[in-house]
Amino acid sequence: MDWDFFVQQVVNGLTLGSVYALIALGYTMVYGILKLLNFAHGEVYMMGAFAGFGILTVFGGALEVSINVVALILMMLAVAMLGSGLLGVAIERFAYRPLRNAPRIAPLISALGVSFFLQSSALLLFGADFRSYETYEYIDLATGIHWGPLNISVVRIAVILTAFALMLALTLLVARTRLGKAMRATAFDREAAAMQGIDVDRVIVATFFIGSALAGAAGVMVGLVFYKVYHLMGFIAGLKGFTAAVVGGIGSIPGAMLGGLLIGLAEAFITGYVSSTFQDVFVFSILIVLLLLRPSGLLGKADIQKV
Amino acid sequence: MSEVEGTPEGPKIGVDEWVARHGERAGLRGGRLAPLVQQAERLPWWALLAAAVAASALIPFISSSDYVIRVAVNTVLFALLALGLNVVVGWAGLLDLGFIAFYGFGAYSYALLSSDQFDLHFPALAAVAIVIVTSALLGLLLGLPSRRLLGDYLAIVTLFFAQIYVVLATNADRIKLPWNDGPTDFTGGPNGITDIDPISILGYEFTSVRSYLWLSLGVFTVVVVALQFVNESRTGRAWRALREDPLAAELMSMPVNRLKLLAFMFGAATAGLTGAIFASLQLGVFPQNFDLPLLITVYAMVILGGAGSIPGVVIGAITINVSLELLRDPSNARALFYAAIGLGLVALVRPWRRLAVVAGATVAFGIVVYQLADAIRPAWTSGSIEGGRFSELLDGWVVHPVDSTRLGNIGFILLIVALLTLTEVRGIWRTILLVPTLYLAAFVWENRLVTEPSVTRILLLGALLVVLMSWRPQGLLGTSRVEIV
Repeated sequence: MDWDFFVQQVVNGLTLGSVYALIALGYTMVYGILKLLNFAHGEVYMMGAFAGFGILTVFGGALEVSINVVALILMMLAVAMLGSGLLGVAIERFAYRPLRNAPRIAPLISALGVSFFLQSSALLLFGADFRSYETYEYIDLATGIHWGPLNISVVRIAVILTAFALMLALTLLVARTRLGKAMRATAFDREAAAMQGIDVDRVIVATFFIGSALAGAAGVMVGLVFYKVYHLMGFIAGLKGFTAAVVGGIGSIPGAMLGGLLIGLAEAFITGYVSSTFQDVFVFSILIVLLLLRPSGLLGKADIQKV
Repeated sequence: MSEVEGTPEGPKIGVDEWVARHGERAGLRGGRLAPLVQQAERLPWWALLAAAVAASALIPFISSSDYVIRVAVNTVLFALLALGLNVVVGWAGLLDLGFIAFYGFGAYSYALLSSDQFDLHFPALAAVAIVIVTSALLGLLLGLPSRRLLGDYLAIVTLFFAQIYVVLATNADRIKLPWNDGPTDFTGGPNGITDIDPISILGYEFTSVRSYLWLSLGVFTVVVVALQFVNESRTGRAWRALREDPLAAELMSMPVNRLKLLAFMFGAATAGLTGAIFASLQLGVFPQNFDLPLLITVYAMVILGGAGSIPGVVIGAITINVSLELLRDPSNARALFYAAIGLGLVALVRPWRRLAVVAGATVAFGIVVYQLADAIRPAWTSGSIEGGRFSELLDGWVVHPVDSTRLGNIGFILLIVALLTLTEVRGIWRTILLVPTLYLAAFVWENRLVTEPSVTRILLLGALLVVLMSWRPQGLLGTSRVEIV
């Protein structure tokens, strides 16, 4: 057994998994509150990646970064999160809110339209070429942890730590704050929450903002680790993020984190040991098997429909 | 969606009395086209079908241009796809995002059964029959894991299937099989499969485009008749009940899961059949023939025409496919764009005096902007507007920079912001804001969208879906749904 290779796959899986987890959180939060599949979520993530790239360009581009690298990356994250968050709020306001009481399929079709609209907008604005964060130009990838077979570059460490910090912050927000309480109440029963004086619309807006901001952060992280950003990147990532949310149990926040990490690890190992062309087919098979064996996901509760 | 406002003295929207009266009220509405629609509704469906098919079958005698006939064949194929999707989305109310993959699956299956790929040359009818059955079975297989769950999971499973299909079609050309030495080529990879046998029935070989028009019209007729009977059957009524309220349908002891799977299979079979015709028409299949933009095209057809209505989705397919064909040519595209804006304005801005003011103000606004831009930086106005009809009408007021990409992109973002704001403001402000919005629309169209037709079509279709869902979810011909309280 080649330990170096094995450990490398674990690191890859954790990096990929923390990104999927961040995307999955947006799906699961929105689904928890609105029972809506937000197909446009992957596109929000893509826009976040482009926002980060825009900040890089503003500060001189990869070859001659004009400010401190840590400040640059923090700025990328902040702008991408803010931009994606606002985009998510706008999508909710204009594409989903008018359909709040429509048949179930109406917002799904609207989401499909938004998704394609954003994808082709990105194609129009940024062109079809790959853009690259070229992280290796301004960060020395050789620095990091080197300990036996373990080799993790500083970028990956930063990405994994940031992702976990964001997840921790979200968990605390949902568990400890007034807004978190309102979110849990709205997810449990929207009408009853409204009757308790909770401003449901505001809770929904906050949910979309937070979920989309996390996706924006994920976009920047992917750019930093894997370099490439392009207009179609949101589709597959959104699909994997959704799979992660379903695997963990849709509607459950810890479930989305667990599911994201599992899907990331599974994908890394399949790519490393089985096939690098058909990894999507295998990830898909995981989803199918899980849906057959445990439809409510690993940490989800079985859905009892009340009338 | 309750579209009709309840009158203050009448019964409240949604109560039984209101629902009972809703039918007659729907008959009264319909605007200026109402008499025409009523006339058309009085005709039996088979008469309409016969008239439409006969008119389309005569196209080769009116125009000898191969292009026109080709567009006609494509339109019929799209109508078939829209009919198939309508079963799933319009009748059963399920979201099927893998629909295009079934289309591709049908095309590839037909290609494998009647080409040199595996040296199989089935008789056309047998191959088509196999394709229909396997597509339906695949639909069943795909629907099974999501049967216990709500429709949402079905949507994502089908989306994944679409992705898997693309991966397989592009990469399954070097598969190592345990019982075979070398790698086996299934799909031809990016090169696809070529030299597919044309369809031949009873010794007559369909080779020319016009013969395919008649063949596809024949298939279209069979499919419409079949779907019409299904729609009026027990199953059709059960589907609609399922769409309106799955829980109530289940309480009425309807086999909800079986009905869902059945609808799904119907959609898959129709898509597979269309794929087989497409493969034989094109004499080849390639992975990029069945990509995701096609999915949103078919969805837009179903939603625009009116999900759930057979004539509706057919009209949707014709409207969208012909519009998209027109968009290919810049001067046609320009005419179509300004005609659509004009129609929209006539429909939405009343009275006509206000409309005249808005139109005049837009041009005046444009002239001012043009002069300002010219004074600040001459390069902003020295680009030339693409030739073609009507281009001289835009001179002098639509700013056209030499390098239009950057300013065009800024204009595009501003246009989206302006359009979204427009839906929020009311009264006089809306009229005032309309002027710069219209100008921005013309600016972005001339500078950015006209030069990128393939992006523009997806952009417009996506926007169309969002607008239709919140403004007129029943489409052009669908009946508005009544929320029963």
